[in-house]
Amino acid sequence: MPAADATAVTVAAAPPARRPATDSAGLGKGRALGFVAPALILIGIFLVFPALWSIYIGLTNYTLTGPASVNPQTVGLDNITGALSDPLFGNSLWLTLLFVLGSAVIGQNILGFTLAWTMRGARKWLRRTTEGLVLLAWILPSTVVAYLWIAVLDRDGGTLNLLLGNPATAWLVQYPMSSLIVFNVWRGTAFSMLLYSSALAVVPPSQLETARMVGASKWSTLKDVVFPHIRGHVLTNTLLVSLWTANDFSPFLLTAGGPNHQSETLPVFIYQQALGSGQLGYASAISFLLLLVNLVVALVYLRILRRRT
Amino acid sequence: MAQISIDALSTVYPNGVRAVDGLDLTIADGEFFALLGPSGCGKTTLLRTIAGLEQATSGAVSIGDREVTNVEPGRRNVAMVFQDYALFPHMTVSENIAYPLRVRKQPKAKQHEVAERTANSLSLGHLLERRPGQLSGGQQQRVALARAVAIDADVLLLDEPLSNLDARLRLEARTFLKRLQRELGVTTVFVTHDQAEALALADRIAVMESGGIRQLGSPREVFRRPANTFVANFIGSTPMNLVDGVVDGGQLAVAGAKMPSPQALPDGTKVTVGVRPEYLSLTTDGIGITGTVSIVENLGVSSLVTLECPDGTLIGVTVREQDEPAIGSRATAVPESGRLLLYSKEDGTLLG
Amino acid sequence: MTGLVLRRIGYTAFFAVVLAFFAIPMLWLASAPFDSKPGLGLRWPDWTFANIQTTFDHPYALTSLVNSLVLCTLAMVITTVLAACAAYALSRVRIPGRDALLYVLLLLSSVVTGTAAMVPIFVMMYQLGLINSQYGTALVIAGGMLPAAIFILKDFMDAVPRSYEESARVFGASPGQILLHVVVPVARPGIATIVVWSFVQAWGNFLLPFLLLRDIGSQPAAVLLRTLQDEGGSANLTVIPVFSLLYSIPVVVLYLFVSKRYGFRFHGGIKS
Repeated sequence: MPAADATAVTVAAAPPARRPATDSAGLGKGRALGFVAPALILIGIFLVFPALWSIYIGLTNYTLTGPASVNPQTVGLDNITGALSDPLFGNSLWLTLLFVLGSAVIGQNILGFTLAWTMRGARKWLRRTTEGLVLLAWILPSTVVAYLWIAVLDRDGGTLNLLLGNPATAWLVQYPMSSLIVFNVWRGTAFSMLLYSSALAVVPPSQLETARMVGASKWSTLKDVVFPHIRGHVLTNTLLVSLWTANDFSPFLLTAGGPNHQSETLPVFIYQQALGSGQLGYASAISFLLLLVNLVVALVYLRILRRRT
Repeated sequence: MAQISIDALSTVYPNGVRAVDGLDLTIADGEFFALLGPSGCGKTTLLRTIAGLEQATSGAVSIGDREVTNVEPGRRNVAMVFQDYALFPHMTVSENIAYPLRVRKQPKAKQHEVAERTANSLSLGHLLERRPGQLSGGQQQRVALARAVAIDADVLLLDEPLSNLDARLRLEARTFLKRLQRELGVTTVFVTHDQAEALALADRIAVMESGGIRQLGSPREVFRRPANTFVANFIGSTPMNLVDGVVDGGQLAVAGAKMPSPQALPDGTKVTVGVRPEYLSLTTDGIGITGTVSIVENLGVSSLVTLECPDGTLIGVTVREQDEPAIGSRATAVPESGRLLLYSKEDGTLLG
Repeated sequence: MTGLVLRRIGYTAFFAVVLAFFAIPMLWLASAPFDSKPGLGLRWPDWTFANIQTTFDHPYALTSLVNSLVLCTLAMVITTVLAACAAYALSRVRIPGRDALLYVLLLLSSVVTGTAAMVPIFVMMYQLGLINSQYGTALVIAGGMLPAAIFILKDFMDAVPRSYEESARVFGASPGQILLHVVVPVARPGIATIVVWSFVQAWGNFLLPFLLLRDIGSQPAAVLLRTLQDEGGSANLTVIPVFSLLYSIPVVVLYLFVSKRYGFRFHGGIKS
């Protein structure tokens, strides 16, 4: 039988020098590290290194053109102190805060939850259509949806003005932040909706029925029965969508920060400083600050997740 | 075909648990060998160490006259059937059975031929193009067996081969497995926690506990003369009666009765008396343990009668269905000669 | 009684508003491409297919779609292969520091966003001379997607029963054979999810190509759309709608395909 011959051959050969691996596939630690290495290298070069390097660049006065682009000098914490006294920076912080609070913390959260709550008992076609539309708004590419909204909000031919009987308002110019907030609610509600849908599905129906039997109003059912179950989800969802919104570059696509810095959220500010004004060192310092904020939020998020599970 | 030798094998996990503790074992060529014990006793660890999926901390494993302690699992020429059968869901039955040949880079034609031949010998010939998901539990088990016997391995290892089958199927599969092993004549080691299965299938059984072998012997030996109270407790569908007794004036005083002692022991020796319910007969008089019938459990052809003795001890007696006594009646349990076993009170080992 | 009626009305009104809110901006994408006199507002189109021809005639429209295809396929392949290998090893072998590594990966996937890293990445690629390089950009995009991809795939790999691999191993298969014969086929749904997810992410990515692919000939569709807007001119309304539609269709199709085949997989940047 062929197998017996194979055995004879392997017996004649020298036995392996080291003990075989104990993982289920026989990879062994060495080969396993080899499997992981390429991914880690790529992550190291394109995620970890830039994150750390931004500290270094942030400590210089590196610019895109001019003398400081060839010979950047270390300026220490000047970029940071400069930022603190830079009104544009303060402006971008304030606008980002508005953006996050308005569209994420309030807008997406509430709309997402409301949709999830009201669709629980909805008819199948209604639920399918609503979910489909909300999801579509989320998965269409960002440049496309930005343009769709530019079209809607246009002063002369935009759909919004057509519906309102032509008040000739240039929404993106006259109400830039409000437009951005509405846009972002439209864009991102899908995530909250899905999250709350699955969170609500886990609320024990028996508790909801008990509340109904006792005659509790819809509002107090929400407050006393539902909310305690989803409290953790509200927190984690808020943290996540806030993190994403604070880092969102889409405002650039709609208003490019204008008019006159009125909608210049932090991502747009960083871009304008780096590639508009060429202040790479300064922009880098600010990027690093954003990174720190992201880190704090992510750590808090993970801590909460861990405690929940 | 080869014998398996295990020398002073120990496996200690990083947390200090000794899964296998200084074990010595020789499994004869062509033997159908059972590793029997409760969960955590080390039987699966031992099986996987023979397979090469786990590494012992010290000691050696040899298959035939080759030491394989440090040899890759794929090079030991062993075949293994896992508890969940591990049939690859994306391959057909034929491809599953031929897989060991595919790994050895055998030509496709040969793979197909061997798969067909093996499948036919296990009555699977009509299922060759099906996927595992379309098979019943019994069929899946036979495909896993077919895959294991497709190559001419030295050793066949089975990890709880019958535990995933439902009760009726399990008995059929048991007979099938015993006949298959006899035909093939390959050294087979199987792991089980079901003592009835081990007794029915194996040529020899190793009863294990906490990493060590508590008794090694044929099913008959293990059943009739368990080497210690652990084995006595573990073996047997109905639990063995284990009762405190004391040697008194050449006789055995147990549960308020006096009987001739099977061993000559000094007076006053405390012992544990062991006797199987199957080896006791219930009479109205005779030399034995007397008590009141308190519970009668119907087991089909026989019944298990529980006698409550005046000192509170409970004795189980198996009787035929037509001899069922009335509840509350007085009866005496008389042991068959030679069936009374005495165990040391200190370490539970069999005396004599 | 009135309460019930009021509630019904409120319910209907709510859904009407919500559906209108979400649908109206998107309806333009269905009407404007086929309108011979397209405007920015929503109107019943004057049906024509001429705009499609105009778009195809545009010097950069089709090129950019091809660019997108190349870029995203590259990024997708790199991400999937590297993440699959890493996820497999992490799932099976207890590498020293594995848990810490997984935690760090989780953090990285949401902390180092495109916005936070845009400056150092730009500087790095600029100094390396990799601006306008398709390969360079694909690597950067892949690097950004890898942590999340590894995480998602590891879950799928964990679900492949170890007995499959052990069985193959006892029968003599080498780790490579085990991976190819057993693990990859069984983990196929997970791998398909990552293939689609990474492609879609890369397809919609605007910031990185915008920063790194400045030459109009190498711009993917995401950036070209913006460039077309910036160019201005009324002629563009014949091109932009069609182009937007063409650009959006692959994403929608892929999503439908995945959700039909495998159910809608709910993966945010971090799994919840």
